[in-house]
Amino acid sequence: MTLLLQALINGLMTGALIAVPAVGFSAIFAVLRYPNFAIASYATIGAFAAWWANVVLGLPIIPALVIAFAIAGTVGVVAEESALSRLRGNGALIVAIASIALNLVLENIIRFFFGNDMRGYDLPLMRDMRFGDLRIGPQQLQSLALAVVIMAAMFAFLRYTRFGKAMRAVADNPDLARLKGIDPARIAIVTVFLGAGLTGVGGVLIGLDTSIDPLTGYRVLLSVFAAAVLGGLGSIPGAVVGALALGIAEELALIAVPATYRTAVGFIAILIMLTFRPRGILGERAV
Amino acid sequence: MVSYVIFTLTLCGIYALLALSLNLIWGGVGLVNLGLAGFFAVGAYASALATGAGAPVLIGWTAALAVGAVVGLVVTFATLRLRDDYLAIVTLGFAEVIRLVALNERWLTKGSDGISGIKAPLKAELGLMGFNLFYLGLVTLIVAGIWLLLRRLDGSPYGRAMKAIREDQQLAAFAGKTVLRFKLQAFALSAAIAALAGALYAHFQSYVSPDHFQPLITIYIFLAVTAGGVGRPSGAVVGAYLVVIFLEATRFATEWVPGLQPVQVAALREILVGLALILVLHLRPQGLLPECIPRAPKPVPSKA
Repeated sequence: MTLLLQALINGLMTGALIAVPAVGFSAIFAVLRYPNFAIASYATIGAFAAWWANVVLGLPIIPALVIAFAIAGTVGVVAEESALSRLRGNGALIVAIASIALNLVLENIIRFFFGNDMRGYDLPLMRDMRFGDLRIGPQQLQSLALAVVIMAAMFAFLRYTRFGKAMRAVADNPDLARLKGIDPARIAIVTVFLGAGLTGVGGVLIGLDTSIDPLTGYRVLLSVFAAAVLGGLGSIPGAVVGALALGIAEELALIAVPATYRTAVGFIAILIMLTFRPRGILGERAV
Repeated sequence: MVSYVIFTLTLCGIYALLALSLNLIWGGVGLVNLGLAGFFAVGAYASALATGAGAPVLIGWTAALAVGAVVGLVVTFATLRLRDDYLAIVTLGFAEVIRLVALNERWLTKGSDGISGIKAPLKAELGLMGFNLFYLGLVTLIVAGIWLLLRRLDGSPYGRAMKAIREDQQLAAFAGKTVLRFKLQAFALSAAIAALAGALYAHFQSYVSPDHFQPLITIYIFLAVTAGGVGRPSGAVVGAYLVVIFLEATRFATEWVPGLQPVQVAALREILVGLALILVLHLRPQGLLPECIPRAPKPVPSKA
């Protein structure tokens, strides 16, 4: 029983961390209609930007997160406008392939300057909190709180601001949105900034738990995709639900299978979901 | 130097097979397989294990073809009915899972140590140089054979139906084409070719390990097919040779840049590969040898 409860808690915590980049990915997918593989490098760039702010400049973690958001978002917009936006007319698959190439370029720029070494954030060490037999790390709890606040801010933005409403309008029906005078190019830029920025913040939150290297983003890419597909590709609330479901599924499966197969759990979960309910938990039609 | 050229040309042939595999599915029915490296690995391990258990090399290669096709069907069965983006995501995940299995199931794959001592056909009889030349000839012959076959396929009614599906699924379905069946068959055949490439690679190197099947290979093959021309088997083959030459050229070019660490040299080469793919997509998306789409036949004047 304790084992299950502990797995459930751990699952919710890792799920909440995956949810942040998954929301970023889904926002870009919802508006621009292509799966952006470059989010892996945006997550890595965010993680390194926060590392630089935290270790080199000595800033605490919250300003470091803001810097990570701004830098990852800016890199995302510049990369999108220079390497991807002109390919949109050639179909989603071509943009997706270009985003894989873009990811390779950005990941290796990081590798060129920082090398393959693992780096850790400068954080105070804290003892795990115990509740009876259950253990919770204060660092994880802080990351969880940050993830919740960031996602609440994102949902408030989408719901209450003009830009947020315009983004949802474009996602829902681009032609109708244009008729209403919404400029799709501007919405695209704002969306990519937000999406890449969130992904960058997600990279930091995931790195806080362990360490970072140029492959930090690539390692979470499959989990992010799995979360987005489980929740329903293109649905932002779906990405959150999918990420939490994935986190719990991973932790429960790890009771039975070795930890090295964590990524495989997401893959199997996608296959099962696509076989029985392709639209995902909260998604639109998938055919 | 001669053995370097022979080695590179053999690698060209193996990449050409992978490019033909990708072109069949991408240029054919318009789907992408981001798990090419995974199918490549499946074929390599299937043949290595089969011949390791005592089977002759030809049986090993046949096993690779069969296992590749079956795995391809199992993985994509649920996904082929859905939008194309799902297939992209699932195949990417597949390649990663294959790598994890190869790394962790030590009883089967010897983990990161890899399988060594894979049978090299006729190596004892021909000597090292003779074997390398023989193998280069064999691989080139297989590439030529599959290239011819796929060219024939492109011109056949089957190939035309595939391209109709690529252009407009609904219209093809309306014209009575069984879209899902075509996709399944094309994917299975494409996966089998990639697996055969893996088997050829394994017996050439006599050694396979999970490190040989990095996702990077998939990107190389995408570069090959886009640079050569999507939808044309000749383009895929030419593209594969060009990509290997390009990769080797970046190796020499980056060595000339002074004062770089080895990790920076490696990073620089990968940056060049990524930039090349982005540039080709922007500047010449139809590739060097664009697909030739035959003119529709003139309507036969009806006799009054």
